[in-house]
Amino acid sequence: MTTGTTGADVGTDAATDSVLACRDVVKEFHVAGAKVVAVDRVSLDFPAASVLAVVGESGSGKSTLARMLLRLMPVTSGSISFRGQDVTHLRGKQLRTYWSQVQAVFQDPFASFNQFFPVGGLLRRSLALSSVGREEADALIEECLGYVGLTPAQALNKYPHQLSGGQRQRVMLARALMMRPKVLLADEATSMLDATLRVNVLNVLHDLKDDLGLTVLFITHDIGQACYLADRVAVMEHGKVVERGSTEEVIFAPRADYTKRLLADVPDLRGSLKRRG
Amino acid sequence: MSTTGASGTPAPGPGTGTPTLLARAVDVSAVYGGGDRDFTAVDRVTLELGEGEILGLAGESGCGKTTLGNSLAMIANPPLYVVEGTLEIDGERIDLTTLRGDADLKRQRPYRGGVVSMLPQGAMNAISPTLRVRNLVHDVMRAHDRSVTRDEALDRARDRLTMLEMPVRVLDSYPHQLSGGMKQRVITVVSTLLNPRLLIADEPTSALDVSSQRMLVEMLLAMVEQRIMSGVVFVTHDLPVLSQVSDKLAIMNAGTIVETGPTEQLVHDPQHPYTRKLLSSVLDPTQETRARGRDRRTRSTPAGGDL
Repeated sequence: MTTGTTGADVGTDAATDSVLACRDVVKEFHVAGAKVVAVDRVSLDFPAASVLAVVGESGSGKSTLARMLLRLMPVTSGSISFRGQDVTHLRGKQLRTYWSQVQAVFQDPFASFNQFFPVGGLLRRSLALSSVGREEADALIEECLGYVGLTPAQALNKYPHQLSGGQRQRVMLARALMMRPKVLLADEATSMLDATLRVNVLNVLHDLKDDLGLTVLFITHDIGQACYLADRVAVMEHGKVVERGSTEEVIFAPRADYTKRLLADVPDLRGSLKRRG
Repeated sequence: MSTTGASGTPAPGPGTGTPTLLARAVDVSAVYGGGDRDFTAVDRVTLELGEGEILGLAGESGCGKTTLGNSLAMIANPPLYVVEGTLEIDGERIDLTTLRGDADLKRQRPYRGGVVSMLPQGAMNAISPTLRVRNLVHDVMRAHDRSVTRDEALDRARDRLTMLEMPVRVLDSYPHQLSGGMKQRVITVVSTLLNPRLLIADEPTSALDVSSQRMLVEMLLAMVEQRIMSGVVFVTHDLPVLSQVSDKLAIMNAGTIVETGPTEQLVHDPQHPYTRKLLSSVLDPTQETRARGRDRRTRSTPAGGDL
């Protein structure tokens, strides 16, 4: 199924300037007495100022991997390093510092807001927790909203339900950026958006990578989005990385059977239209 | 019309040439509210569907496509009111309006489920987690025909599953024992057990992986081929899926149909600016998408734009 490797994971990236990296990461769950290996010896590197897409179907383990990288879930075995430092077992203040450096945006922006408070309150609260002063906070909020193409007037006094889906997701991006992270982890961050909004949010992510040197881990089930945005792609199946490489290699010259099957199942808009014989 | 026939035998396969008219929805309008602050979600929509055809209804969130589907399936509930419109099917004209409350519902009841069946959004999550699929089958059939026995219902379901090359053992499963894709195919089979003339499927593929999507799409095509139902209105925001499955497309925006036509023509030669915008937003894994991604900086997000 894979490309001729002996281990569970297919090779590793040869990047030397990785901001974030994981080595042989395993996550096991025990369900009703049975052991389920959700992530099976995955090693990945995240080079600075690049977008790595992790592509896979439901249950492939991509979100579990993301949660371990975010240190929201302990690894069963393996290690995670951030800027050369092992962060696998960080605790307390050091872990909080790590969290400020590695920010995440999830699928449903609405679920991340408190609906009873305006967006400005949410953003200021995030900064207050980081001991940033009020004036400094306002300047930072304005700066970060600017990165995602919003002005304070458009967002701060609005309640979450008054924003469109795309605006909500961009506010979540701004919130993540306020911590001046080195890594942004986007877990299906554009899946709930309409097609026309999705392209715009992907463009924002690309701009952030270029302008701020952000490293983006883009987790998606949609190989088309990876094709549009990513520099490199890793394909996951049943907890393992079955193929990895540059976007061109993986999407246009796939070697793993699973990648080929995944690509073959993507409906082709202009290709074989409806064919009922 | 094969609404209550117990045999479930499908009609012969489709003929050739232009299909005969199966259904025509005329001037359908639906509003939310019903008071001074009405919001018109569907605005005088007219659609036609031929025998054996699949009509793809595409549009973005909030464009009114689900509301239109609910109106055609006669399952509009307050605060949604269908204020205007008829559905002509098999020469019968059904008044879709729901403003008169119970009287309307009673009048429409013979058509709901039997003539027009609805596969609502997220239907696979609506299967009772404590009942086996076989119980669902019986419940659904009895809701339309009190005289159906458990054995008759199960025989029909077994025949149908066999016909569609699906494992009959799913009847003995609980929902949690089935994958998402299988659940969605099972609920599709159950919702068409009564051989509806028209099936309205609302986002049936949206929560599925691409491989499960393909299986469902192939099953729907087989069902139409075998005349389990005579036509489908396939509602989704996913244009690539629609282009695979539909004979005709209708593009909806802000409650109206902005463009309609044969799928191939509409995909290759869209006329309306909104259709063009929608098609250009599709990201499929092609060299063209890759090239667009590479030069995206020239078309970056407009600051302050309402995304």
